[in-house]
Amino acid sequence: MIAAIASSDILLDSVSGSDLLNPFAWLMAILQAFLFVLLSPLLSGWIHKCKAFLQNRRGAPVLQPYRDLRKLFGKEAIVAETTSIIFRIAPYIVFSSTLLAVAVIPLVATMLPTAAIADIIVLIGFLALGRFFLVLAGLDAGTAFGGMGSSRETMISSMAEPAALMAIFILAMTVHTTNLAAAIELSLQNGFVIRPSFLFALIALLMVAVAETGRIPIDNPSTHLELTMIHEAMLLEYSGRHLALMEWSASLKLMLYGVLISNIFFPWGIATELTVPAILMALLAIILKLFVLAMILALSETVLAKMRVFRAPQYLNLAFFLALLGMISHLVLEVHV
Amino acid sequence: MDYLSTLPLSGQLINLLAALVLLTSFMLLVQLRLVSVIHTFAWQGALVAAVTVIVAWSGHHGHLYLSALITFVIKAMFIPWLLHYHVNSLGLRRYVSAHPPVTGLMIASMLVVFSYYIILPIELIGDVGESRNIIAITLSVVLIGLLGMIIRHHAIGQVVSFMSIENGLFFAAVATTKGMPLVVELGIAFDVLVAAVLFGVFFFDIHGRVGSMDVDDMTRLSETRD
Amino acid sequence: MDYIHATLLIPLLSAIVMAFMPNLRLSSWLNVTVSSANFVVSALLMLKVMEHGAFKNNWFQIDEFNVYLVVLTTFVAMTTSIFSRPYMEHVCHMGWTNKKGMRLYHSMYQLFQFTMLAALTTNNLGVLWISVEGATLATVLLVSLYRTPEAIEAAWKYFMLCGTGIAMALFGTVLLYFAAQHIPGFDAEQGLTWSVLFESSKQMHPVIISIAFVFLLVGYGTKVGLVPLHNWLPDAHSEGPTPMSAVLSGLLLNVALYAVIRMKMIVDNALVSSNHPHLAGYMLMSFGLLSFVVAAFFLHRQRDIKRMFSYSSIEHMGLMTFAFGIGGPLATFAGLFHMLVHSLTKSAIFVTVGHATHISGTQNIEKIRGLIRTQPSVGWPLLLGVAAIAGFPPFGIFTSEFLLLIATMKSWPWLAPILLIGLAIAFAGLFRFLHPMVYGEVPDGQQAVKANMWPVILHLILVLWLGLYIPDTLANWLNEATRFISGTSVL
Repeated sequence: MIAAIASSDILLDSVSGSDLLNPFAWLMAILQAFLFVLLSPLLSGWIHKCKAFLQNRRGAPVLQPYRDLRKLFGKEAIVAETTSIIFRIAPYIVFSSTLLAVAVIPLVATMLPTAAIADIIVLIGFLALGRFFLVLAGLDAGTAFGGMGSSRETMISSMAEPAALMAIFILAMTVHTTNLAAAIELSLQNGFVIRPSFLFALIALLMVAVAETGRIPIDNPSTHLELTMIHEAMLLEYSGRHLALMEWSASLKLMLYGVLISNIFFPWGIATELTVPAILMALLAIILKLFVLAMILALSETVLAKMRVFRAPQYLNLAFFLALLGMISHLVLEVHV
Repeated sequence: MDYLSTLPLSGQLINLLAALVLLTSFMLLVQLRLVSVIHTFAWQGALVAAVTVIVAWSGHHGHLYLSALITFVIKAMFIPWLLHYHVNSLGLRRYVSAHPPVTGLMIASMLVVFSYYIILPIELIGDVGESRNIIAITLSVVLIGLLGMIIRHHAIGQVVSFMSIENGLFFAAVATTKGMPLVVELGIAFDVLVAAVLFGVFFFDIHGRVGSMDVDDMTRLSETRD
Repeated sequence: MDYIHATLLIPLLSAIVMAFMPNLRLSSWLNVTVSSANFVVSALLMLKVMEHGAFKNNWFQIDEFNVYLVVLTTFVAMTTSIFSRPYMEHVCHMGWTNKKGMRLYHSMYQLFQFTMLAALTTNNLGVLWISVEGATLATVLLVSLYRTPEAIEAAWKYFMLCGTGIAMALFGTVLLYFAAQHIPGFDAEQGLTWSVLFESSKQMHPVIISIAFVFLLVGYGTKVGLVPLHNWLPDAHSEGPTPMSAVLSGLLLNVALYAVIRMKMIVDNALVSSNHPHLAGYMLMSFGLLSFVVAAFFLHRQRDIKRMFSYSSIEHMGLMTFAFGIGGPLATFAGLFHMLVHSLTKSAIFVTVGHATHISGTQNIEKIRGLIRTQPSVGWPLLLGVAAIAGFPPFGIFTSEFLLLIATMKSWPWLAPILLIGLAIAFAGLFRFLHPMVYGEVPDGQQAVKANMWPVILHLILVLWLGLYIPDTLANWLNEATRFISGTSVL
């Protein structure tokens, strides 16, 4: 165990130390974040397409989210008179905090300068900051729906966060670090190992991701049905570029969870060195992983029905419980004392 | 390199199945609908049978294939079928238990920690290591089964908990000791089979004579009755 | 050793035959005949063992310890079957059960005997477990034979508690097997063979063995009726037919205790050089003493005569467990002797109680009155039997309790007062109820029944004889068994 901690320290040093001054690495990091932002509407479009296919519809083209965004950016942003400055700055804060979050996540390569801050707890912090302003913005307009959406969002996130953290702690305990890049490299080194705790953590994280990104069965992103909506209720007052930023950050968040889950649990393919073939390979791998994950999400959204808001705590309790079980099986089955 | 990656694939699979059996054990505790309890029980039996197959395959223990088959037929098919039959014939398909699941869950988690604590002093001699942790899991399956018998009030629910104890025991025997001698395993399977049939007789008797399947209503026998 | 096979096959085959035998009169006589024949066979087995010494192979073992229990088992089974013939005729006559029930009864009576003998003679711990569980399965339908709500409730309790308990014993057995796997030269086929485990137990992992023993004690201890795992026992004894109560008390509890002692022998051997060499003994002592004291107090609260005597059984099983827990030669000798005399006395008492309940038509102690006047042949044996079970001299139980007290004073002097007080409490509990039952005013309508008291008289004479004088053969015999269990002989 001590050896493992020591080795992860060395790894951390190599991640944070050697590449900090490498301009190519910095370029890659920026390129990766840019790619993330660019690709996220595509992921949403692909999910829409898959769902449409499963529901026997033709559906909108895959590139539709880009068109929506362009359309929204072209429109005038109307702001209610009763709102404060928070309402106006919230979209920028939400977008930039999500942007920061995606910037630290290893998308195609682990040996990037941003890896030094690619800590899961930092990531959760960024997401919490975004959510905080989103909730405030929902309340700010003073409408009934906004407040309702905000309170529901707070309830769900307060229950989802323990589950997410528990699942993440399982990972952290297995690889002895909370640094994402180091964790990914360590699991790559270990090769394919069946870990019961990872299975539970994966299911728990998937459930949390579904709840946090406002998908079925917690929330339905494609309707504005007044009594059941959560995420959309907070955005009701937004329009124009504000709405565009909010929608974009929502799809960023969706992709963030997708990348997080696929790179942690299925890290194969990610580039551990900064060479062009490795990176191209990694790009291909991550696109393939997201492609599959999106299909799974679309399938589950087609099969499942949205549950009542009051059932959401049960759902998240289940996620927490699974994570707890994962922790137990990690401690009992996987640690050699 | 961590401990788990030093195990062979079969060992990893057994670990995984152990965790899944523990999951089904927890589910047996929290599920309220009698029918889903029986379904989960069937899955647990199937998982135990799967473990038996893996152990048989990895260690070339021919006789374990037979016990895997018997386990699957009895625990995953026959007993669940029998229970479904009783549930149907007693009109209990829509029965929903009223026990507190969250309390059970909390106590069950503590039981897992407790069983680990019990097993921990077994030092790692030879190849005890991989099976020691399995013992902790099977012990918790046994204890959670006991807990289920305590918190469930319905006779059928109690019997399912009871049978899940048996599953835990069989898991222990297979995963830690590569199965007991065949004669012993056959005898145990026979006992389980007879017990399952007898339970059925009792369901009808309790339903017919006592008038309620809630074991809390069985209060006729006490120290001071006439 | 063909006698072993014979003594197992006779009850097994007759169980199968009786399950399909439509003629009740014939099968009740067959029950008596077969049980007697089996007693003869087991007596021959004993003679052979006396001549040639212990015997063991992979499946069976017969040594000084279990052969005496085999003979005791077949003997009590025989006398109880003699009693059960007219008794069950009466039951059938009263319409408490039907032809199908009687067929089940006879078949299961023999099957129960088979499981008991299999548990005693086997050398394989797995088979031991299967047999003890089989005994539960065989008797559980007999407890609910009368199909009253109370009987079903009692049987359900019996089934669930004993089933769960015995599941714990299986876990303990698995752990033993697990420990055995780390013995050098482990042979999978012999990993559960008692004699192999006993010889090589020093090489087993002490921690695993200790954990295993806890489970084994809880498991088989449930069947012994140790407090706090005893709840099934009074219910099962009071609601089942009386011959069943007699064999449950006289045989099943003994066999369960036998299993515990076998386990203790392995554990003691394995832990001899560890930090807690007396772990098993201490656990037996505490469970035994607790059962003894609690049951003695509970005797005072009973209103049902069969319940009362089942608490008396718990009390005596506690005493025996305590004796084996102390574990020296004297205490072991006392425990073995107590097993013998308690078994004889308690089955005699249950037989008498069976007749008494038929005389008065109820099991309620307050309604059973003046038995000596109504039917002296039932009243006197009940009085004498209770005097014997309460530890009056000159009955055999006095001897064993006296020996146990001496052993306690030797090694645990401060526990001796607890034993004495407990015995006094139990004595008071039994006699405060007994006195009006045998002497009191005869209520109206109480009349004598047809009763075959020979088994009872035989048992009581044996107990009296053993109290006055233990024959040399038996003394040597028990001495050998004591040496086998505790390592040193008492004489």
